[in-house]
Amino acid sequence: MPLVELAAIWKSFGQNPVLKGIDLTVEEGQVIAMIGRSGSGKSTLLRSINGLERIDDGTILIDGEKIGSKDADLRTLRLQVGMVFQQFNLFPHLSARENVMLAPMVVKKASRKAAGALADAMLAKVGLSDRAGHYPDQLSGGQQQRVAIARSLAMEPRVLLCDEVTSALDPELVNEVLAVVRQLAKEGMTLIMVTHEMRFAREVCDKLVFMHQGRIHEEGSPAELFSAPKTPELAQFIGLVEAAG
Amino acid sequence: MAYQFDFGSLWEYRGVIADGVGLTIRLTAVGTVAGVGLGIAGAFARTSRSPALKAAVGAYVEFIRNTPFLIQLFFIFFGLPVLGVKLSEWQAASLAMVVNLAAYSTEIIRAGIQAVPKGQIEAAEALAMSRLQIFRHVILGPAMRKVWPALSSQIVIVMLGSSVCSQIAAEELTYAANFIQSRNFRAFEVYFVSTGLYLILAVGLRALLKLVGWSLFRRRRHV
Amino acid sequence: MFDISLWDIVRNLLLAARWTVLLSLVAFICGGIAGLAVLFARVSAFPWLRRAMGWYIELFQGTPLLMQLFLCFFGLSLVGIELSPWEAAALSLTLFASAFLGEIWRGCVEAVPKGQWEASSALAMGYFQQMRYVVLPQAMRLAVAPTVGFSVQLIKGTAVTSIIGFIELTKAGTMITNATFRPFTVYGLVAVFYFCLCYPLSLLARRLERKLHAAR
Ligand SMILES: Nc1ncnc2c1ncn2[C@@H]1O[C@H](COP(=O)(O)OP(=O)(O)OP(=O)(O)O)[C@@H](O)[C@H]1O
Ligand SMILES: [Mg+2]
Repeated sequence: MPLVELAAIWKSFGQNPVLKGIDLTVEEGQVIAMIGRSGSGKSTLLRSINGLERIDDGTILIDGEKIGSKDADLRTLRLQVGMVFQQFNLFPHLSARENVMLAPMVVKKASRKAAGALADAMLAKVGLSDRAGHYPDQLSGGQQQRVAIARSLAMEPRVLLCDEVTSALDPELVNEVLAVVRQLAKEGMTLIMVTHEMRFAREVCDKLVFMHQGRIHEEGSPAELFSAPKTPELAQFIGLVEAAG
Repeated sequence: MAYQFDFGSLWEYRGVIADGVGLTIRLTAVGTVAGVGLGIAGAFARTSRSPALKAAVGAYVEFIRNTPFLIQLFFIFFGLPVLGVKLSEWQAASLAMVVNLAAYSTEIIRAGIQAVPKGQIEAAEALAMSRLQIFRHVILGPAMRKVWPALSSQIVIVMLGSSVCSQIAAEELTYAANFIQSRNFRAFEVYFVSTGLYLILAVGLRALLKLVGWSLFRRRRHV
Repeated sequence: MFDISLWDIVRNLLLAARWTVLLSLVAFICGGIAGLAVLFARVSAFPWLRRAMGWYIELFQGTPLLMQLFLCFFGLSLVGIELSPWEAAALSLTLFASAFLGEIWRGCVEAVPKGQWEASSALAMGYFQQMRYVVLPQAMRLAVAPTVGFSVQLIKGTAVTSIIGFIELTKAGTMITNATFRPFTVYGLVAVFYFCLCYPLSLLARRLERKLHAAR
């Protein structure tokens, strides 16, 4: 059974249809990269998967269970699906360690001690044990993003959604974050990420999804899609058109 | 004949003045704690998804902010007994302070909440936190920190405003001044001294609130 | 006791509300003029004058309006000036408004970027010319919303003058209550009257503020 199953997802903002019938399945342990032009609906799709956007139509199944739109359903959904944002969104009044501890303590009612130990382990995982006591504004962008990843991981999600997690970073900080994501992929974490890092996508993911105008225009293994795109839109997107011409 | 100032004659009333100052402080303390507490609840209610609740809290805030404290006080002390709610002078004065400050702090804290970046709230949602948990752990701290100076000024204003509680015979500082004035007819001296005492209270209260703010919002160094 | 109808109550309150409005207007206009003087002193080149004005403002912002009123009323009679309640009310509210408006406006003047002062002194303008032609026009745009906002505080402040016997809305409410024994209705109505005076101004202040933020 697939871990995540999306069927016929529709979503509009006002009169503007942004997702037009998305079907997608994600197996446990799979790493999926979504690419596509700006405005093609990648973020909206990712945000729908963890309930930050309410979909107009379609179904979302996590581990075979249908997710409704009630608050309680959303909470169950979010316990399984973590998300990392382009803008980090760390809580500025909490230290790195407290950022990671907060959700386990208030949502899962972990003791302060247990949450602290968990936070230490997660921060070690992203290579930031020595920054535990720092506040977000005392950390570089790359470090903040790694704390944000640790914060999501601490909830032990079954799927992690990553929306352009390196786009807000200075170029020299991109690699430290990608290294963490690569490590997660290697450990078997199920990942759905939107990215503009083509090389990284090619190298790390099992499945590439090309979104175009609110639809999944093409999907397949990265090797396939990159070497032999079937549609002109994808070809154009990955710049093959030019190279061939 | 030039007027002879006589501040010395106030000395025998020092106990009355001290009691007045004490009551002013107690009124302010009750008003602040309960008023700000209700203000936090009110600000949370204004983020609710229920339009009726939002509108009700909004109407309360606007009504209080656009009517004089003195009238609120009179309404509570003289008007409410008609409904069978009989309050002592002290109770009525405290209630008026709370009702008043609650409205102002609802509005002030709401402004602070609006300044919290949406992304932080979404991040908390993505961590499966509930609305109340997000408010309590993610929104409230930064919002309070941001509006603490405005809230402090409002608390000082309410403390100074408590002087009209003398009008329902709540025995705070102004009441004490009026009382002494009616005994020794030294109006100027009495009001001069009590004005000075209010000034000291205001300066002291401001300093105290700064200290409270500092200790509430300072970054804790332990890891 | 003869019967007083609801209409009689409303009519009498309406008549008294004129005095609330008049007192507010007088205090706002006179206080505004005095507030300009406070402003100029507060941003003047003389440190002692700035400091003195700082104390003046602190005095009015750090003490109850009621005490200011008492001191005006009783203090001036010591030097032989007997004020009627109306005069004492107008005088103390004017002083009160001057301190608050002066301080509000100072904030607006200081919000005008430093470069504007420097640019205008580079054009060899004197202090008053800089103020008149460069800084004040810019500060004024910022000042409109908080000034309207303060007018609400001033209208509410006039209620306190009832305590020294000036007959305006609040005092009328008390007198009518004593005659009718209907405090709930009367004070409720008085509150509604104040609300009708203040709320439009609050809305206006908020709208102006939004406009200013949008423009920036
Ligand atoms: N909250 C919103 N309200 C209205 N329209 C929105 C909203 N969020 C997104 N949109 C619109 O939906 C469309 C898809 O946006 P989305 O953010 O999903 O694109 P994207 O593929 O993530 O683009 P990018 O690569 O720029 O991040 C865009 O046209 C955008 O303007
Ligand atoms: Mg996007």
